[in-house]
Amino acid sequence: MSTGLTHKGETMSYECKDGLIELLLHRTPCNEIGSRSLEELEGFSRALEALRQPVHTLIIYSDLKCGFCAGADLRELYERSRHLEKEEAAKGVREFLERIHRVLNAIDAAPMTTIAAVHGVVFGGGFELALTCDLIIADKTARFAFPELRLGLIPGFGGIPRLKRDIGNAVVRDLLLTGRSFNTTKAQQIGLVSQVVAEGEALRAARATAAQLAKFDHQTAVTAKKFVKPIPHEELRHEIDIFCDLFSRPAVQAGLRKFVESKDAQPYLP
Amino acid sequence: MPTAEKTLDEILTLAATHFKVPREKLSPDDDFFKTLGIDSLQALDLLTKLENHFRVELPDYELQGVSDFRTLASKIQVRL
Repeated sequence: MSTGLTHKGETMSYECKDGLIELLLHRTPCNEIGSRSLEELEGFSRALEALRQPVHTLIIYSDLKCGFCAGADLRELYERSRHLEKEEAAKGVREFLERIHRVLNAIDAAPMTTIAAVHGVVFGGGFELALTCDLIIADKTARFAFPELRLGLIPGFGGIPRLKRDIGNAVVRDLLLTGRSFNTTKAQQIGLVSQVVAEGEALRAARATAAQLAKFDHQTAVTAKKFVKPIPHEELRHEIDIFCDLFSRPAVQAGLRKFVESKDAQPYLP
Repeated sequence: MPTAEKTLDEILTLAATHFKVPREKLSPDDDFFKTLGIDSLQALDLLTKLENHFRVELPDYELQGVSDFRTLASKIQVRL
């Protein structure tokens, strides 16, 4: 049975059917999260709050060839901040971060089991979005990375506190301090990914998992999730402060400029 | 452990198959960005394929400045 939770937007679309919500990311080139994506995510968050019937599973996925999500829209960030005074730019960044944190905290704590079905690029803010989910199901093409240090920043969408919560500090240090990317095999070895499937099969596996979750008592599943998944609010607040402090440094503007002026798809990669 | 020559040959075959380029058009000293016509994202895709094929882990920062198949093969060979 379909419900009222349906949206076809510029950057994403979602629909709820038989207790399953599927959120499809489809903003080219690789689902970069900018102001329009944020507005639509906020709309999704409001729709979640307004749900009147139990939903057992949320699946977030992308249908773009490049992958799940390449992270924040750095071109928009650069263009918006380059003509502003330092204080104004920092204020705008803080406001954006606080808004995206509210949305991602809502997805993290959503009263249903959430699954990120990922492939290809799962970088930066895209990785952080996946980390809000209870389970990550990845196909063999997926790569995970926090490349922010290459730009003079740290991840700003809550990724570090969440990865620390889920996996531990050693993995956080490796990913954050080297900026390197992990493949799916490595991601499963460290406990980040719960299922690895063949190329193009992540959504099918996520739907099969959702069918299993539908068999459980909804309230029990919600209670169990709440018990095992605390939101690291204090560290998330701290992350925003550190990000904003770093953002005001000249090295960041230089890094963003280099990124924007490059013709390559992801210039901070090898 | 396969020989360095065999590793190089497997990389060339895998790249040709994945990017749908005739195998005979690829040479060890080719710039793979140019020969395959790929960008950094597709190079990462190739890295994933190579890691899965050889069952190794190769940090992407080791590929900075690497653009030919022979050097790429040497980076993989030391991890086999």
